[in-house]
Amino acid sequence: MTTVEKAPPVSRRDVGLLRRPRATTGFASWITTVDHKKIGILYVCTALVFFVLGGVEALLIRLQLFGPNGTVLTAGQYNQMFTMHGTTMVFLVGMPIAIGLGNYFVPLQIGARDVAFPRINMFGYWVVLLGGIFMYSSFFLGGAPDGGWFGYTPLTSAPLDSGFLPGRGPDFWTMGLILLGIGSTTSAINFIVTCINMRCPGMSLLRMPVFTWMMLVIAFLTLFAIPPVTVALTMVFFDRNFGTLFFDPAAGGDPLLYQHLFWIFGHPEVYILILPGMGIVSETLPVFSRKPLFGYAIVVFSGIAIGFLGWGVWAHHMFVTGLGPVAISAFGLATMLIAIPTGVKIFNWLGTVWGGSVRLTTSMLFSLGFIAMFTIGGLSGVMHSVVPADTQQTDTYFVVAHFHYVLFGGLILALFAGFYYWYPKVFGRMLDERMGKLNFWTMFIGFNLTFAPMHLLGLWGQPRRTYRYDEGLGWEALNQLVTVGSFIIAFSVLVFIVNAVVSKSRGKVAGDDPWDGRTLEWSISSPPPEYNFAEIPEVHSRDDFWHRKYTEDDEGRLVPLPSGGAEAHAAAGHDGHGIHLPSPSYFPLVTALGLPILGYAAVFQNVWLALLGAVVLLYGIYAWAIEPAD
Amino acid sequence: MAIIEQTGTDVTAAPPSPPEQGHGHGGHGGPGPSAALTNPKLAMWLFLASDCLFFGAFISAYLLYRGREQDGPTPRELFDIPFTSATSFILLMSSLGMVLALAAIQRGDHRRFRLWIMATALFGATFVAGQIFEFTEFYRKGLSLDTNLFGSSFFVLTGFHGAHVCMGILWLLSLWGMSMQGRLGPEKAESVEIAGLYWHFVDVVWIVIFTVIYLMPQPGT
Ligand code: HEM
Ligand SMILES: [Cu+2]
Repeated sequence: MTTVEKAPPVSRRDVGLLRRPRATTGFASWITTVDHKKIGILYVCTALVFFVLGGVEALLIRLQLFGPNGTVLTAGQYNQMFTMHGTTMVFLVGMPIAIGLGNYFVPLQIGARDVAFPRINMFGYWVVLLGGIFMYSSFFLGGAPDGGWFGYTPLTSAPLDSGFLPGRGPDFWTMGLILLGIGSTTSAINFIVTCINMRCPGMSLLRMPVFTWMMLVIAFLTLFAIPPVTVALTMVFFDRNFGTLFFDPAAGGDPLLYQHLFWIFGHPEVYILILPGMGIVSETLPVFSRKPLFGYAIVVFSGIAIGFLGWGVWAHHMFVTGLGPVAISAFGLATMLIAIPTGVKIFNWLGTVWGGSVRLTTSMLFSLGFIAMFTIGGLSGVMHSVVPADTQQTDTYFVVAHFHYVLFGGLILALFAGFYYWYPKVFGRMLDERMGKLNFWTMFIGFNLTFAPMHLLGLWGQPRRTYRYDEGLGWEALNQLVTVGSFIIAFSVLVFIVNAVVSKSRGKVAGDDPWDGRTLEWSISSPPPEYNFAEIPEVHSRDDFWHRKYTEDDEGRLVPLPSGGAEAHAAAGHDGHGIHLPSPSYFPLVTALGLPILGYAAVFQNVWLALLGAVVLLYGIYAWAIEPAD
Repeated sequence: MAIIEQTGTDVTAAPPSPPEQGHGHGGHGGPGPSAALTNPKLAMWLFLASDCLFFGAFISAYLLYRGREQDGPTPRELFDIPFTSATSFILLMSSLGMVLALAAIQRGDHRRFRLWIMATALFGATFVAGQIFEFTEFYRKGLSLDTNLFGSSFFVLTGFHGAHVCMGILWLLSLWGMSMQGRLGPEKAESVEIAGLYWHFVDVVWIVIFTVIYLMPQPGT
């Protein structure tokens, strides 16, 4: 940055209350950066740390269930483990990784130099990090949340002195989720404005890469899904702490209202988690099959259709609450309908691979693994939509198996496909393919050993969220297998971490376009320069970068274009002098710091803390407002 | 709440200047992007859309619980419709002030802008004062958060709306202060427009809340 800008008049730069940060390297630069690429890296690394934490919780759960009448955890600790595991994986792993990858690659894919609001972008990251720390601090401040990841009322809303859920856990949970919701709302707004306003010339909506499209769809889902849950959580907090009666049946309150509000958020939320994964494989499958995505428009429109239909199915999480036959039939049918756009996508991916010249790189293996595992998870999902069947399956390990097939087999495998695909772009070096294959196969086998037997355990009646089981129910062998499987997954994650760390300095140098890519991010150097594009590109077709490299002869065979390719493009650019970029800032951090302080104030009902939080927040906002944006 | 402060302020902060200067996005405005709305304005509209659902959920809860109070005072015993209508009218009038303030700043007329923006903020403050008076009145007559479902849903819904108004007042006063310091040049007229969007939204939401809470026939009438 400093090399890029001419020294600006000091008076304008130092208008803010703190000196304007200038560092472009080292620790300070990461704290104050507004570069979407650095923020993307921060998101992914932070989420990986939480992935390990959530994984450790899962392993503790599995150790406890290894044999009958386990003694590793007490009942109370077990409740904290599954609650924090679920909450972590959904809000601190799934969402932030997707937002991180989106942060890095959406601007690159649409030919922009940054997102629409660089400072709000950084603010969103700080909120996620601080929100996560806030929630995990509950372990040291009187006990972690223990009401399950959907925190049903009246359990979670019963007043503190009622003796249900003693301790501050549920309050940390409600406040923490409200904080994280603020962060995701700001990033959603940022993504939408970026996708709508910042596309490079020629990048019409129907030329946008599918990954970017899916990020746009989930941004809309986030925008509209967060408010209902924020309201529900607020009511829970008020019920527990200020004596309101929203969910108190004795006073006429309706606990089902909570379930409705939660799942109006919760079902779109699962699409918020899975659509980025679908976007990633829609990038990798064409590249590693050397074919354009089969039915691009259909894939995009079914993504949008899933986004819309996702609003009309929430009550399939409530089939056993007594909604009445009409309601459950309607919601069951609507749920079955979603299988259609989803199935369409699966066939499009298969059609992409079919007849292509397939390269079985690690990324491709993860992508293919995604299709297979996600299909299994989708099929057991359709089973849930059949109400009588669901009545048997609900709250058993069958459900646990189902959602891990979609969340782990779907989302996590796709994210790993994305890691192997994009790592070379981010760090300029390839991840090691041999370790990658080991990573894939251990994860694939470990995953199936862990979760496939849960289908059977569930059908045999093992209830979820139950800290031990008796001997002689016939569940011992499979539970042991499941626990072994989970440790194989842990090993696999370890392999990945080693691979990522080692390859960063010792990996094969990647070059600009190691996979023979199709989208704009491959047209610039690896890692990309701070300003992304020396000249803003102009695109003329979908997969424009591919068409700059190849044309087809009369028989439809690919012919490389002599003048195409990254080299020619890079050479045409200049050295980036004079490109003006937004300046770093402290205030996203200052502003974000105010939020967890207010959170602690609410949890411990401390007025002084509340004042402090408000002062920090207001100071941050005002300083931010008078600091020039660039 | 902080959602509001956040987005709100950044909108003031982000320059309304065209994106190519504002954030260094050269080559903007080709055939691809629709420049129908500038970044900050689009962001504000999106935030308001999201906020609609926030109030929508609270209003739904209020509607669900109407007439379910088991003991304590009921709405019919508490409401003073003429009084609340008067303060509501004042809030509506503040929107007019906002329109005039925006027109003034767009003409570059800072004196009138400051006059109208201050008037708008004062009208808003009058509304909030009325609300505080009403809350204490109700409390005196025995209604609090934990009295019955009406108390819970009434105070929380109108309380969050009041907080939105307070946030708006702060924002308007900040604009007034910026104008006093000469920091609100004509290129910043858009930040006034965006504050206006927020302010009108909060007004419109009040019309809905007022209708639902005070005007709809009370259950059992
Ligand atoms: C290391 C791999 C994983 C293992 C071994 C594992 C294991 C488990 C187990 C055994 C449960 C059920 C606990 C119970 O009901 O008593 C559970 C619950 C859950 N898991 Fe995982 N899991 C893993 C990864 C994931 C991932 C990647 C996600 C999401 C992205 C996830 C999301 C959830 C959720 C939402 C729950 C429900 C928590 C609740 O009941 O409140 N898990 N997990
Ligand atoms: Cu669902």
